[in-house]
Amino acid sequence: MNVSVGIDLGSTTTKAVLLDEHGELVGRGITNSRSNYAAASAVARDEALTAARFSLIARALARVRGEAGGAARALIPDIEGAFRLELYRDELRYLGVRIERHLDNLTEAHLRAPLRGAAQAVLADMERTAPGLFLAGAQRKSDFFRDLAGAAFTAGSERESVDRQVSFERLVGLFDRAILDVEMRVPTRDFTVLLPEAVEHIRPQSAAHDPVRYALLSAAHEAANERIAEVAFAGTGYGRQTLPFPKEAVRSEILCHGRGAHRVFPGTRTVLDIGGQDTKAIQVDDIGVVTSFQMNDRCAAGCGRYLGYIADELNLGLHELGPLALRAQKIVRVNSTCTVFAGAELRERLALGERREDILAGLHRAILLRAMSLLARSGGVRSEFTFTGGVCKNPMATRLLRALVDEHYDSGLQLNIHPDSIFMGALGAAMYANDDLHAGRPSALRAQ
Amino acid sequence: MSQNQQAHLRVAKEPSQERQKRMIGDHFDRLASVADGTCDEKVVYTFVPGNLTELIGAFGMLPVLPEINALQSGMRQQSAGYIAEAEKSGHSEDVCTYVKCDLGMLKSGNVGPTGTRLPRPDLLLLSYTGCFTFMKWFELLREEYKCPVVMLHVPYQPDGVVTPAMRKYIVDQLETVVIPAMERIAGKKLDRDALSERLARSAQAEDDLVAVWESARHRPSPIDGYFGGVYYIGPIFSAFRGTEDAVAYYCELRAEVEGRIARGEGPTTPDGRLDDQRHRIVVEGPPNWTSFNEFWRMFSREHAVVVSSTYTRVGGLYDHGFRHDPKNPIETLADYCLGCYTNLGLPTRIDYIEQTIRTYEADGFLINSVKSCNSFSAGQLLILRELEKRTGVPGGFIESDLVDPRYFAKANIDNRLQSYFQMLDARRLRHAA
Repeated sequence: MNVSVGIDLGSTTTKAVLLDEHGELVGRGITNSRSNYAAASAVARDEALTAARFSLIARALARVRGEAGGAARALIPDIEGAFRLELYRDELRYLGVRIERHLDNLTEAHLRAPLRGAAQAVLADMERTAPGLFLAGAQRKSDFFRDLAGAAFTAGSERESVDRQVSFERLVGLFDRAILDVEMRVPTRDFTVLLPEAVEHIRPQSAAHDPVRYALLSAAHEAANERIAEVAFAGTGYGRQTLPFPKEAVRSEILCHGRGAHRVFPGTRTVLDIGGQDTKAIQVDDIGVVTSFQMNDRCAAGCGRYLGYIADELNLGLHELGPLALRAQKIVRVNSTCTVFAGAELRERLALGERREDILAGLHRAILLRAMSLLARSGGVRSEFTFTGGVCKNPMATRLLRALVDEHYDSGLQLNIHPDSIFMGALGAAMYANDDLHAGRPSALRAQ
Repeated sequence: MSQNQQAHLRVAKEPSQERQKRMIGDHFDRLASVADGTCDEKVVYTFVPGNLTELIGAFGMLPVLPEINALQSGMRQQSAGYIAEAEKSGHSEDVCTYVKCDLGMLKSGNVGPTGTRLPRPDLLLLSYTGCFTFMKWFELLREEYKCPVVMLHVPYQPDGVVTPAMRKYIVDQLETVVIPAMERIAGKKLDRDALSERLARSAQAEDDLVAVWESARHRPSPIDGYFGGVYYIGPIFSAFRGTEDAVAYYCELRAEVEGRIARGEGPTTPDGRLDDQRHRIVVEGPPNWTSFNEFWRMFSREHAVVVSSTYTRVGGLYDHGFRHDPKNPIETLADYCLGCYTNLGLPTRIDYIEQTIRTYEADGFLINSVKSCNSFSAGQLLILRELEKRTGVPGGFIESDLVDPRYFAKANIDNRLQSYFQMLDARRLRHAA
């Protein structure tokens, strides 16, 4: 299978989307950007290529007729869950290796043994509870290993630090250092082994002939053995200049977000994208071509990093902010959209006895008010209105946006939020890469 | 083109550029000789919009233009230090950065853009009052220099029409306040014949300048009407209008531009000559001076040429027919003061830009909204919307500042401009399809 690759290298996360030659979406991947854009790009592509294997399984099974075909197709999510569990375990093992290394390098020798004991206990517990995260239908709060493992490691550390009388901070500090190593690793995967293993796990061999198992194994072998060739590339996002792309393959994120959003919701005329370090208000025409846009220039106040900073201030995961804010009983008025000043305002409000949830609701409202101002500058909100970017995964942000649109524009206006909105930029980039491919001038990655 | 040829293009200056450099050098040398006491010419500080250069020249006085000094300090990377100096002495971060840059320069020894000392003013001539900051600026300078200020109140043109009453109002002030004050300081009566001779030379240079502006109708455009344009307006908007030097400069410039048209050449940019012009842009708003060449490159790298700009009309809209009239010297000065770009109401500015977009067949227009200058920036989003509606040509909007480097976010502005130019490409493809 030949694929066109779109990469959106954002300041917070890096996304990759693969389209086949017919423009069908076959895979996507996401990872934390951190400070290593090249590694983030490679990891996101690797994730997308992994996802493409499951698209191939689905395609293979689509050709299987009868009851067995239907039953086999219904098991794809379970197989993917089993597969992802193995990947999670693999990363967990590597996390353990890196924690061991950091323990070896600890200068205070007397701390090594107690910290090692506590870390091993935490990791063993994470290993034991891992399957629960990947059962079919399990609601994961995040797809990132960092978030999933981070939450589990923190909870385990709280327990073990008390039981074993070791420093909680030192224990969590080990995770903080090791996770950077884990995120920078691009794993090598043998799909010819991993995919049949996942089938084995979900559908073990039985005495009787099992046509469903047979169909699954055949599809897994076919998908694992097919060569996936990345034949065209386009890059976008804040780090796009650092990607090894020729200039012609670097696309503005404005165009990519506009086009991606329009593909997913063809009625889209206005797009709001709140990313890590900028907010974009984009107007598109009936085929998704951008007609005007506004972005913040002099200052990044009120962008996604604002929420990241607030999460850090409150010692929470970014994904926990929205659900917590939804529990607000009132919205505390927060004036500042300056990230640093908002941190000060947060601390002041807490000191005055305001509830954390209520302050968080106010912080969310502050950034959405700023987004509304940009939207007004770009020409207003027209139906359909599509919200994209990392912040659209935040349920409080989406609820407030709906309320503000109702208040300032038309309450009958269609607001689109797709669970995969975060991928819109990468999707648009992949579409441009596909255009280039069909025009006979695909861009390839430069050798690094 | 070989690397050697490209390098040659980068360094080769045209004769008109060399001439302008000499003119500026000579002028600042004269100012320095006043500063060190070897010459006793009188010195008038004044501003670019509505400047009365011919009148100053007719008295044999030397003009100093603080905004020009500030922008030059910005280009020479001196402004950050000067602004810090002014802020240290109590000026807020929100004050116009031209003002702070000028005050900081004064506090740091008053060394001008060519490295020579500037003299103290004998007169602060506030000949345009549409910018309220100008008034405050001279108020501050008056405190520093303890010298007289003469103020000429110029009525705003809310609907683009100069009425006889407006003209008379200015003429009366010139005759009863400004000229008598200048006569007192110069110690002599105004030589009205000398003034008319200067005005005739102004009109001659203005004809050549308009020919240079209008050359941008050609494809490729032989000029950049914004980044290149700020050099072209140098002599006419500063100390030289009405002089033989200015006449010679514009004659030479026009011939050079006509040569480029004949050879099918584009303008020279910091990265070489721009013959392959993919986007023709009109720009509204002043440039950023601290990253001037970087800003220019963001355009030229994307093969964008600016065919016209409003900033290059701050000293007058000659392309709408105005010429200094030697037969009516005082009235013509009045009309000149009234006609500077920032003295026009929003509807007139919109009409003007619309006409410019159509005349020069622009693919897009871009607004650089600068933090310092409300005379320019107030209402610019309304201008953008209205122009898009009237012309169907897409507008872009970026934000920066004049001479405070803290407000030029290079990565963001570059990102914005790349997005804008890619949007123009995408729309062109769509129309082609």
